[in-house]
Amino acid sequence: MRLDILNHGYSPGAKLLFAVIRMFSGHPLPDAAKVVFYRPGFYGTQATKFTHEAMRGPSAWSVADRELMAAFVSKVNECAFCVGAHTATAGQAYHDHAKVQAVLADLESAPVEAGLRATLRMLGKLTREGKLGAEDVREVLSAGVSRQQVEDALAVCAAFNMTNRLADVFGFELLSPEASEAGAKYLLKRGYQ
Amino acid sequence: MPDADKKQTAHRALVDRVLNGDGKASPELRARAFSNADIPTPLQALIGKVATRPAQVTDADVAAAKASGFTEDQIFELVIAAAVGQSARLYEAGLAALAEANDGGGAG
Repeated sequence: MRLDILNHGYSPGAKLLFAVIRMFSGHPLPDAAKVVFYRPGFYGTQATKFTHEAMRGPSAWSVADRELMAAFVSKVNECAFCVGAHTATAGQAYHDHAKVQAVLADLESAPVEAGLRATLRMLGKLTREGKLGAEDVREVLSAGVSRQQVEDALAVCAAFNMTNRLADVFGFELLSPEASEAGAKYLLKRGYQ
Repeated sequence: MPDADKKQTAHRALVDRVLNGDGKASPELRARAFSNADIPTPLQALIGKVATRPAQVTDADVAAAKASGFTEDQIFELVIAAAVGQSARLYEAGLAALAEANDGGGAG
């Protein structure tokens, strides 16, 4: 990573944890997971709480749908690290990697239901343009998505617009396909906190 | 809607912590990074890109910030403030559009 403190500046407890995880999983802890252990009182503790709530809290969206939203927002932000990690996670959660690939390749022709497609379109616009109009939300609502689901999707979008930026700016090392699958398995079992 | 409240409460706590909690960069500077406004010159390239085109940040942008005397801990905080700031603006814009769409909904 671009800051030495994020490579070497962790507490002894965190370093021990990283070593144990590496020993048991066979993979080093992904940088996204490491960063929240650096001075966790500044960012990590609150950030993981919010992200976990958005990604794993109660919602009419499935975990798979929310992981797909995470991958999609990451794609719009051109964040290679997060695209890799959350493509793997969404693919595992749906038991359908092809579906996730199809959405990322071309949302409009991908085999997803109208409500999810409209929601992804909305998150893409918000992420790309930084603004959203009432008419954009109405389109999503008229595709059968509830107001609460819109709100839930916006939280996913917010969480990944933070993480994507940190991944790119701090320079998270890309995961191998095997490490992505292992990380995905962990995220589906334990979540983000 | 208790679940939504929980998410938004967690988000507010994060924003508050990043802006007002203990840190190595001053709260004033963190607030500027959060808003991407009035950024000191040596940080402009880095912080501007965090907000608007993070995939284009380079080693040189980070090196320039360090060379001007900001410590890694300060850069860590300011990058986070800028990332959380942009994300918070998107979140607010989305929630405002949702509130505005209140009466015009179709089948929802």
